[in-house]
Amino acid sequence: MTAISGEQKKSSRLKEKTLDGYNFAYLDDQTKRMIRRATLKAVAIPGYQVPFGSREMPLPFGWGTGGIQVTASIIGIDDTLKVIDQGADDTTNAVNIRRFFAKTAGVETTENTSDASIIQTRHRIPEAKLKSDQIIVYQVPIPEPLRWIEPREEETRKMHALTEYGVMHVGLYENIAHFGKVTTSYNYPVQVNDHYVMSPSPIPKFDNPKMDEMPALQLFGAGREKRIYAVPPYTKVKSLDFEDHPFEIESWSECCALCGSSSSFLDEVITDDKGSRMFVCSDSNFCANRRAKGHKGPGLPRKFEIKDIE
Amino acid sequence: MTNVLLSAKNLSHHYGSQVGCIDINFDIYPGEVLGVVGESGSGKTTLLKNISGLLQPSSGSVKFDTRVDGLKDIYLLSEPERRLLMRTDWGIVFQNARDGLRMNVSAGANVGERLMAIGARNYGDIRNEATDWLQNVEIGLERIDHYPETFSGGMLQRLQIARNLVTKPRLVFMDEPTSGLDVSVQARLLDLIRGLVSQLGIACIIVSHDLGVMRLLSNRLIVMHQGRVVEQGLTDQVLDDPQHPYTQLLVSSILPV
Ligand SMILES: Nc1ncnc2c1ncn2[C@@H]1O[C@H](COP(=O)(O)OP(=O)(O)O)[C@@H](O)[C@H]1O
Ligand SMILES: [Mg+2]
Ligand SMILES: [Zn+2]
Repeated sequence: MTAISGEQKKSSRLKEKTLDGYNFAYLDDQTKRMIRRATLKAVAIPGYQVPFGSREMPLPFGWGTGGIQVTASIIGIDDTLKVIDQGADDTTNAVNIRRFFAKTAGVETTENTSDASIIQTRHRIPEAKLKSDQIIVYQVPIPEPLRWIEPREEETRKMHALTEYGVMHVGLYENIAHFGKVTTSYNYPVQVNDHYVMSPSPIPKFDNPKMDEMPALQLFGAGREKRIYAVPPYTKVKSLDFEDHPFEIESWSECCALCGSSSSFLDEVITDDKGSRMFVCSDSNFCANRRAKGHKGPGLPRKFEIKDIE
Repeated sequence: MTNVLLSAKNLSHHYGSQVGCIDINFDIYPGEVLGVVGESGSGKTTLLKNISGLLQPSSGSVKFDTRVDGLKDIYLLSEPERRLLMRTDWGIVFQNARDGLRMNVSAGANVGERLMAIGARNYGDIRNEATDWLQNVEIGLERIDHYPETFSGGMLQRLQIARNLVTKPRLVFMDEPTSGLDVSVQARLLDLIRGLVSQLGIACIIVSHDLGVMRLLSNRLIVMHQGRVVEQGLTDQVLDDPQHPYTQLLVSSILPV
C-alpha cells in the first residue's frame, strides 16, 4: 500500500475522474461565487428569496437546474452526494444528476442517506433524520408562495417585507370551504422563523414537520425563476393553519408491504391488472436499510379467491 | 365638539401638464357622508385617490385622525403604517367592482380576507362573519362558496361593500358605486348603502356624477368643476338653493321641465 497524503489523493482523483475541458462541478468560478453570495444571504435571512443570475445548464429548466446550480456551488471534492427524485435514488432524473456530478466533480456518490454530506432532492425529504454535518438541496419549480393570488412581483415583495400574509389563509379558507378540510397535500406553505412565508417545494406535507428545527442546512434553488432561499440549521418552520383546522400530516392504515414500517411516507403501487395493490415506502433507501436489518412487511396482498366468499 | 376625521388642505394634482384637481379644502367628521359631485373629467376620481392613499398629490396635505397619534399626514406615514390604515380604518369601494374584489376566490373568502389580514385565525369565526355580511348585503347564503365571476353587477358591488365593511372601518371611500347598474338595481344598492352607513356610523366619501345619488346619501356636498371646488355645503341647501352658476346649471339640468 502506498502512503499518499489526502491532498494528493484528492488531486489525483480529480484528474482521474472528472471530464477534461470542464470546470470542477461544471460551473465557472465566477458563477459559483455569485451563487455562494446569494446562498449566504439566503442563510442570513431565513425564508427570504434571493435573486441570482441563473445560468444555462446542460438540461432544461424543470429538470432541477436550480438545485444543480446550488449543489455545484457548494460541493467540494470531499463531499459525498446523494440524489433522490420522489424518494428514490434510481429514477432517471436522480441517476442523471448523480452521474453529472460524478463526472464533473469526481465526487463519491451514495444512496445511503446517512453517508451523504449533500442530498439533492425533488419531492421528498429522506425518512432518516438529517444531521448537522449534512446539507439538503431542494429543487424548486415555483418559489413564490404568494404568486397564485398576487401576480405583481413588486407587490409580493412588499407583502413579504411587511409580513402581510392574510392571503395565505385565504387559500386555506377556500380549501376548507370547498372540501371541508385543507386538501393541499404538496408544497404546503410554511412560515420560517416567524417571518417569511415560504414554499417548501413540492414535497408532501408529511415532510413539513421534518423541516422544523432540522439540524441540517436546507437550501432551495429555483432555476427558471432565478431564486435561492434557505432555512439555517435549527430554525423554526411552521405550517400555516387555522386554530380550528390544525395542520395534520397524511397517515395510512396500512404499513409498508416490504419492510413493515408504519412511520414512513407510503406510495401506492398497483401490482397487477386485477386491481391488486400494495403500499411501499417512498424512500427506497430507508426501506432497503430496514429490510437489511431483518424487518419484514406483510408482502403482497393474498390473491382474492372465489372460495373466500363461499 | 368631535375631532375631524380627515382633512384635505390646499390639495392639487397634476398629471404632467394636465390638471387633475386644484386647491381642494374640506374636512369630514366621524359618521358623516360627504358627496363629491361633478361632471365627467371634473377631477372627482383624482381627488378620491389623493385622499385615500392611492395617489400622492402634487401639493397640499391629507391628514387622518389615526388611533394612536391623532391627526397625521397620510403621506408622511411609513408605508407599513399607511397599508395598515388602508386595511383596518379605511375601506375603498371601486367603481369597477373587479378592481376591488379577488375574482379567483369565493364570495366568502372575499369577505373574510380583511379579517385574516388583521390576524383572524379561526375558520369558524371567519365563516360566521362572512355569513353575516353576505346577509347584510342581501346576497343569498347559497352563494357563499361561489366565485364572483358568476355574480351580477349589482351583486358584485354589494360583495365589494361587504368585503370592505367587515372590519368596521371608520371611513369608506366610494367611487361611483352605482354607475353602470340598471336603475332598479341602483335604487336597491343606494338603499342598502344608506342603511349600512347610518347603522354602523361609518363616515363615507362618495363620488358620483348623479345628483339623485347625492340627494339620497350625502349630508354634505362638494361640487367640482374643471378640477376646482365651486361650491360646498349641506346637501339640501346646495341642491335647493345653488349659489354658483355651474351648480345652478347642474341642478336645473336634472329638474323636470
Ligand atoms: N392617469 C391620468 N393621466 C393623465 N390625465 C389624467 C389621468 N387620470 C385623469 N386624468 C385627467 O384628469 C382630469 C380629471 O380626471 P378624473 O379625476 O378621472 O375625473 P372624474 O373622476 O371627475 O371623471 C381629466 O381631465 C382626466 O383626463
Ligand atoms: Mg371618475
Ligand atoms: Zn418500507
